Amino acid sequence: MSTDTPTTPAPPHPRATGTTALSEGAPAPAARAATLASPPAAGTAAPAASGPAPSLPALVPPPSSPPPSVSVLAGRLWEAVIGGDQVRAAALATGALEAGLEPEALLLDVIGGLQARVGREWAADRITVIQEHAATAVNDRVVALVAGHPAFAAAAARQPDRGRIAVACVDGEWHAFPARLLAEVLMLRGWRVDYLGAQCPTPHLIAHLHRTAPDALALSASLSTRLPAAHAAVTAAQAAGVPVIAGGAAFGPDGRHARLLGADAWAPDARAAAERLARGLPLPATPHQPVDDLPHLADQEYTLVSRSSRELVGAVMAALEREHPAVRSYTPLQRAHTLDDLAHIVEHLAVTLYTGDPELFTAFTGWTREILLARGVPDALLAFSLTVLREQLRDLPRSVAVLTAALSTSAGGAA
Amino acid sequence: MASSSSTATTEREFLAASPYPVVVLGPDGELLHSSRSARLLLEGPATGGVPPWLRRAQQALADGARPDTVRHTHPVAGPVEAHPVPRPDGSTVWWLVVPEGCAGLLPRTAGDGACDWELLTRLSGLLLSSLNVDRILETVVRQAALHLADAAVVVAPGNGRTLRLVTCLRGGDPAHVQQRADPAEVPGLAEALQGFPPVPSRWIDPDATPRWLVPAGFGRVGSVLVTPLPGHGVPAGALVLLRAAGGGPFASEEEVFARLFATRAGAAVSAAVMYSEQAAVTDLLMRELLPPRLEHLDGVDYAGGYRASVDRDRIGGDFYDVHPAADPGGETLALLGDVSGKGLEAAVMTGKVRNTLHALLPLADDHGRVLNLLNRALLTSHHTRFASLVLASVRREDDRVRVRLSAAGHPAPMVLRADGRVTDSTTLGSIVGVLPEATTCTDTVLLDPGEACLLYSDGITEAKGGPTGREQFGDHRLRQALAQCAGLPAEAIVERIQMLAAQWLRDGRHDDMAVMVIAAPPRGHLPVVGERRGHTT
Ligand code: B12
Repeated sequence: MSTDTPTTPAPPHPRATGTTALSEGAPAPAARAATLASPPAAGTAAPAASGPAPSLPALVPPPSSPPPSVSVLAGRLWEAVIGGDQVRAAALATGALEAGLEPEALLLDVIGGLQARVGREWAADRITVIQEHAATAVNDRVVALVAGHPAFAAAAARQPDRGRIAVACVDGEWHAFPARLLAEVLMLRGWRVDYLGAQCPTPHLIAHLHRTAPDALALSASLSTRLPAAHAAVTAAQAAGVPVIAGGAAFGPDGRHARLLGADAWAPDARAAAERLARGLPLPATPHQPVDDLPHLADQEYTLVSRSSRELVGAVMAALEREHPAVRSYTPLQRAHTLDDLAHIVEHLAVTLYTGDPELFTAFTGWTREILLARGVPDALLAFSLTVLREQLRDLPRSVAVLTAALSTSAGGAA
Repeated sequence: MASSSSTATTEREFLAASPYPVVVLGPDGELLHSSRSARLLLEGPATGGVPPWLRRAQQALADGARPDTVRHTHPVAGPVEAHPVPRPDGSTVWWLVVPEGCAGLLPRTAGDGACDWELLTRLSGLLLSSLNVDRILETVVRQAALHLADAAVVVAPGNGRTLRLVTCLRGGDPAHVQQRADPAEVPGLAEALQGFPPVPSRWIDPDATPRWLVPAGFGRVGSVLVTPLPGHGVPAGALVLLRAAGGGPFASEEEVFARLFATRAGAAVSAAVMYSEQAAVTDLLMRELLPPRLEHLDGVDYAGGYRASVDRDRIGGDFYDVHPAADPGGETLALLGDVSGKGLEAAVMTGKVRNTLHALLPLADDHGRVLNLLNRALLTSHHTRFASLVLASVRREDDRVRVRLSAAGHPAPMVLRADGRVTDSTTLGSIVGVLPEATTCTDTVLLDPGEACLLYSDGITEAKGGPTGREQFGDHRLRQALAQCAGLPAEAIVERIQMLAAQWLRDGRHDDMAVMVIAAPPRGHLPVVGERRGHTT
């Protein structure tokens, strides 16, 4: 995953689940991200994809030739995946395995790297969210297929028998693919894995832990906004006597949020996770409540902001419409997207209050700004919205501080 | 003397209720009255009546000594101060002061001096945390070996003649062993397994301990303590504590403490046994009701997704199924529907509907007939529930897919074209289980490669949420969402629709939500059949 080492905690793209393409069938990549600012820039030209220049030899290497280098293979696979060509993608992957590429390298360096590239291309507005979804679905199928390849069974057979691990995504988390890769890698390392998949409701998770008593729970979260749900799952699993290793983009590039939420371990990637688990996790300490980890929650700011998020969104929307004629003339769809964006901002504010880590919000607004700029959209409305929000929350000192910090780091903010 | 007898009664009551330990001794040291707390302190497991040190102090007073504080170290409670207040009638009120307060009245183990109640609370917390029998047994031996002995073994009844042992050396990891052995070889063990009271440790000859009971690497046994794990209706087993030779016998307070610990351990084990039995039954029943995993079948892609209204549940009133064609070239029958109501009861009803439809498969050519037979079955059953559903008979024809759709009181499926257009199929019919006749009109849809048909329950379109929290997701949003999915593989379409509906809801309440996609594979398509390794729960 060296290709995807962000220097700040990977901040969320403000909106990727666009409902913009409508039935004209013309995907409008910019529209989702553009509504916070006045008219979406039409047709931002897609610059050539960065990364290794994809050469396009149509042939799958014959089994006897040496495995292609990871970057060459990744380049070829990218073309197949982004073109939705599942057969070719699968042939490339199996071909590489048969030429001797280690299964783990295929999963993590090639396919995992590809997913990271999907994220970069989306951020740079070179692919749509639908392509992002489609690419992940193709990769998911490829993983399902190659995992049945004898090379996988052979690699797993070389490992000692280890214990049993449950791999699950946090409740409300749809990024199943990172957990899927982790599950496959752990199987390659000799673990018996129960893969519980995306958005696993915490009661199911806990029932599963009671029933199977695994050696550890590997909990995956990609979205920072799922951290409170992750916290509930971590404490519940520990209370059930199962230690938790946490991972995924939500916990930050240095795992700081995993520590904050009291996880027993954290790992930056699947290899490190396998190594950490091989050393064994200590049994969790005495059961405790989430608030024991985060005493600042007692000030109720998190509760107040999350409870009143709908009212806050309404108030900011009203102010936008009052002060900005452009917003008044939005189409219903643009208006709906703006409301979604505002909801996202409030959600991130809430989770920032939850974790007590103001950098989380600054990183989110900074990222949002970049996304807007990548789509040629001025970010004045973002700063305006943050200012209105701060006014609404003037009685909550931590919220005010967080919003002020975000406004002051924004170059040219309209505060 | 009526008045004095009435004061005596009050005095006795007064003393009995005193939170501070107090006793009244006659001139010769005989016990006249005492508070409950004092009795706890004086009549510890080892002593009976008035302890000799206090009797001696009383006699000294009677012999004319000056009333003075007497100090004593109680084996369980620790240091005790006795303050005498002589009374005119020659009796003495002794106020007993336990510097560590009332907690000191309770047993403590010799050694590190930590308060046992604290330890017991901590251990109880650990025991309460799991509902997994093996996990709890591991906790029991691990903690017992750490705090009560040098090694601990839980002996639980196994199958037939075998015993299940979980053993642990102090500071080590627990090990599970199945052992063919006779519990009668250990004095008190067979009795403990049957729930009889424990045999005092000093009656057990450590040298007679059978080897199978002693964890590997333990060495010579110095003393043995066997305590039943009370099972509350289920046999939970017995806890055996082993102390190494030279470690001294188990003191009686330690036996008491071990018993307290074993009581809690037994309660935890029996709760876990009951839970796992219940969970196994639920799982077994649930397996029949869970929606099936869908995959590629006869050249057509199927994908389905389900979310029950109660997030705790995995089942509810929506259902879907795919029944492969009986003969090659025949039609596959896919169906998706919704039974009135929610939760377990509705789920049981879906099971009946699904079974009925399964039985009607040979007639699946004629959708009208199937729906009518189902209608009649529902009308004549004692349930007052009704159902809405869509039947889809699917056949691959060259690289296209023909789908015959019949709705019965259910939203008409949507069709996604390769260019992103979304149309509604025109099928329409009445709900089943209400009217004497069920009518439907069937619509046939042809899917080109990359095109798909979406079956869904109204839980999706009626999902309430959005920015205001009150708006329904609605047909139009579903249509927009689907329009964007042109060219996506079937599972990705299902995932995306489910994700958008979930985001729309945020944390709002919702009905059961089911979606199924039937898709004509795009060219260059890779069928993945089933999942081979790992397993999904
Ligand atoms: C593909 C993708 C999607 C797909 C997911 C499909 C699927 N089935 O998984 C779709 C299109 C659905 C999607 C949607 C969204 N996405 Co998205 N998505 C991605 C993307 C591009 C790739 C994810 C991936 O597969 N990575 C590949 C794996 C291998 O990498 P990884 O996540 O780092 O995992 C490795 C380690 O972290 C570790 N690991 C992972 N889990 C665990 C667990 C344990 C226990 C351990 C020890 C280790 C471990 O091991 C893995 C292998 O080495 C990422 C960007 C990125 N660079 O990752 C964004 C990203 C995850 N998405 C993001 C966002 C914000 C969204 C949306 C909210 C956008 C929106 N506004 O609509 C939605 C929300 C969906 C939801 N409610 O859950 C953000 C999250 C930011 C944040 N921290 O909050 C990211 C990081 C992009 C970004 N930089 O902004 N997304």
